[in-house]
Amino acid sequence: MVVFTFILMRVLPGDPATFFASGPNAGQEEIEQLRKQLGLDRPIPVQLVRYLGDVVTGNLGRSMTTGQPVTTDLAQRLPASLELTFFALIIALSLALPLGIAAALRPNSIIDHGVRVLCTLGVCVPTFVSGLLLIYAFYYLLGLAPDPTGRLDVFSSPPPDVTGFLLIDFLLAGDFEGLRAAFAQLVLPAATMALFVLAPLARMTRASMLAALGSDFVRTARSIGMADRRVILVYGLRNALLPVLTIIGVVFSTMLGANVLVEKVFSWPGIGSYALDALLASDYAPVQGFVLLIAVIFVLVNLTIDILYSVVDPRMSAE
Amino acid sequence: MSGSLLAVRDLHVAFHTRGGVVDAVRGVDFELAPGDTLAIVGESGSGKSVTAYSVMQLLDRSARIKQGQIVFRGEDITRAAPSRMKALRGAAISIVFQSPRTALNPIRPIGRQVMDALSAHEDLSATELRARALELLEAVRIRDAEQRFDAYPEQLSGGMCQRVMIAMAIACNPALLIADEPTTGLDVTTQKTVMDLLARLIAERNMGLVLITHDLGLAARYCRNVMVMEKGLVVERAPAVELFSNPVHPYTRKLVAASPTFESTVQDLVGAPPAAPVVRPHEERGTPLLLDVQAVTKRYSGSPVVDQVSLTMRRGESVGLVGESGSGKSTLSRMICRLIDHDGGSVIFDGQDIGDVPARDFHASPLRRDIQIVFQDPHESLNPRFSAFDCIAHPVRRLLKLKDGAELRQRVEAVADRCGLPRRLLPRFPHQLSGGEKARVGIARAIAVEPRLLVLDEPTAALDVSVQAVVLKLLDDLRRDDGLAFLFVSHDLNVVRMMCERIVVMRRGTVVEEGASRELFCAPRAEYTRDLLASIPHFERRPSLAG
Repeated sequence: MVVFTFILMRVLPGDPATFFASGPNAGQEEIEQLRKQLGLDRPIPVQLVRYLGDVVTGNLGRSMTTGQPVTTDLAQRLPASLELTFFALIIALSLALPLGIAAALRPNSIIDHGVRVLCTLGVCVPTFVSGLLLIYAFYYLLGLAPDPTGRLDVFSSPPPDVTGFLLIDFLLAGDFEGLRAAFAQLVLPAATMALFVLAPLARMTRASMLAALGSDFVRTARSIGMADRRVILVYGLRNALLPVLTIIGVVFSTMLGANVLVEKVFSWPGIGSYALDALLASDYAPVQGFVLLIAVIFVLVNLTIDILYSVVDPRMSAE
Repeated sequence: MSGSLLAVRDLHVAFHTRGGVVDAVRGVDFELAPGDTLAIVGESGSGKSVTAYSVMQLLDRSARIKQGQIVFRGEDITRAAPSRMKALRGAAISIVFQSPRTALNPIRPIGRQVMDALSAHEDLSATELRARALELLEAVRIRDAEQRFDAYPEQLSGGMCQRVMIAMAIACNPALLIADEPTTGLDVTTQKTVMDLLARLIAERNMGLVLITHDLGLAARYCRNVMVMEKGLVVERAPAVELFSNPVHPYTRKLVAASPTFESTVQDLVGAPPAAPVVRPHEERGTPLLLDVQAVTKRYSGSPVVDQVSLTMRRGESVGLVGESGSGKSTLSRMICRLIDHDGGSVIFDGQDIGDVPARDFHASPLRRDIQIVFQDPHESLNPRFSAFDCIAHPVRRLLKLKDGAELRQRVEAVADRCGLPRRLLPRFPHQLSGGEKARVGIARAIAVEPRLLVLDEPTAALDVSVQAVVLKLLDDLRRDDGLAFLFVSHDLNVVRMMCERIVVMRRGTVVEEGASRELFCAPRAEYTRDLLASIPHFERRPSLAG
């Protein structure tokens, strides 16, 4: 993975030395010197070995655009992305689960078809389009949302940095005005993301819920005269959630990657927009750092899902 | 009509499917007094389960009660409101389902599921619920109920799961218990203990029982009255004793005849004339045994599943391998088929040690065509994307290297004819075939390459008795006419006795007893064999009725 992104970055057109040289008038000599300083004059295998050595020691290099170590940059921006992703996931789940259950309870009814249409729309419309549409509707037309310019509007002061998650930090500081402001900023981008991942979650909920409701043990639950609500929630939903959990893992990882566009549209200071800027500037180190970070998060998320799975499903832990 | 617990009058149930309306039940009448027992007997598609589910209102969405009346304790519940049914289900009418493993919630501890059954109708505190659930688990004879309380269904055996299911069904002391094939898929000895338990609970609590089963022996042993259904109609009803000694309706006669008993032969089952004993060509001295299995062992995670088992077969001989689930009989048969590798011992086929070839390479061995297998479930073991023709042609193409063309077609058609599979069915896919037809495809597929040893792994376990009878006859003919050697793996002792000359009884990975079929049946030496034989539910049939 590390090697792959490294090579990919080298294959991409564009010479970072030319780009970062003081200006269009910079002499050949200056560029050469920069190249030497960046280690770009060495053969690519040598560069790779040096890079791998750095990665192992936790040094991801220095960003040419911000001038800071990539690790610092990523650490600063990661909470913003994570907050957005988590919040979007919560919105998506709180919509997808009830919708999926409603659709499964009455298959081929109007509700079922409605959910299907909504999901299809969510998948078909790219995030930058739906993001812009949301801004157009709620900011420009209705004026309900604040400017889509980052995590906080200019009038609010950031809370003391504890977790990096603004909502939590404001809550810890007891600053409810700030909490409201941060929340208002978060809703639109999170909704954009949520709409995008609604489809897989709702469809999976519907499918696994249908399977669970048609299963023998739900029939058993009905045969002992259990109340409908309990049958649906305890016998149906709990079993149906297992496949949904797997999908959540996949969806979360997808969202982290898909964030790039949403962050750009809403000027969200997250790792996605950081990596995009770096990529356009042929700035190798941040992009490699970003890919590495996403890969690590991907592994961690899947590990968490696997652990959760064994907690929820006794059949797994018994193995 | 006071006095009766349940009365069903002129019940008609139809399913609305894509292919049109299917009448599953076409006018069923019966009545059950409190504490009485009734068996509804029939083969798949007879409408027996649909009748039971109608009473519970647990029918599929696509099913409708078209006409008729269901009266429970004087109350017409044919179209009772859902809330009324909820109050009755579990509290007054309960049901025990088949396949207990899937009938229980896999991710909920069994104790909690019994508590769920209680709390659906009784307002008790958590501690009271737990205490009552424990009592119930003890009442259904679950050992160490306290420790098993938090166990999950998959940690229990099938028989144990069915006990839990029974505990849930009787939790609120219902007046009527419906048991829908409660012991299908369980071992004979487990079947006996579960049914004995059910019978005892019914008697103790004075419950009415409707037992739905395809097993005539079970019906005869546990119910006072029997009702026989065929294609949605009741064809005969009588007290159990009379029905089996003197069946009147032709269908009942056929069913009674097709049920294997202690004395029946394969020919009896289908009403064919008795067959002459098999005469095997004299073997030259020094001819190697067809199969010589020496002290094979198979371990799964350290513990032996098959422990140093030896087995021999002569050419054309039929050997039955009998045992309950977990006895290692299937594992042993798979090692002989070279589907799995063994961890010790040797498998010698016709003088050649085939144990050296790894199981995953055996498909390329020239001996692959000599050892063929007929699998347990004809529904699951056929590739759903292969037509019947392709299913049969596949091994011919692979093992005999026959290319498509007239020769292949001829061969497939000849085998299909041999197995009684009409040629017009060859282009069909498995889901378009009935269970019996699929079983024939499975057998045709196996004998298409002319093997010398046919391993049959419970080939008729998933079939109705009348279909089983016909399939057994087919297999018996193949054995007699083509000189095929059979290794017949089954839990059904009667079937094995009819099909095999010699029987090997396995238990917990070792051979308990081995002997000629007749002697083993008449004078079993091992106590375990005696238990097995005693567990078979049977009914006495008058000799005059055979044939």
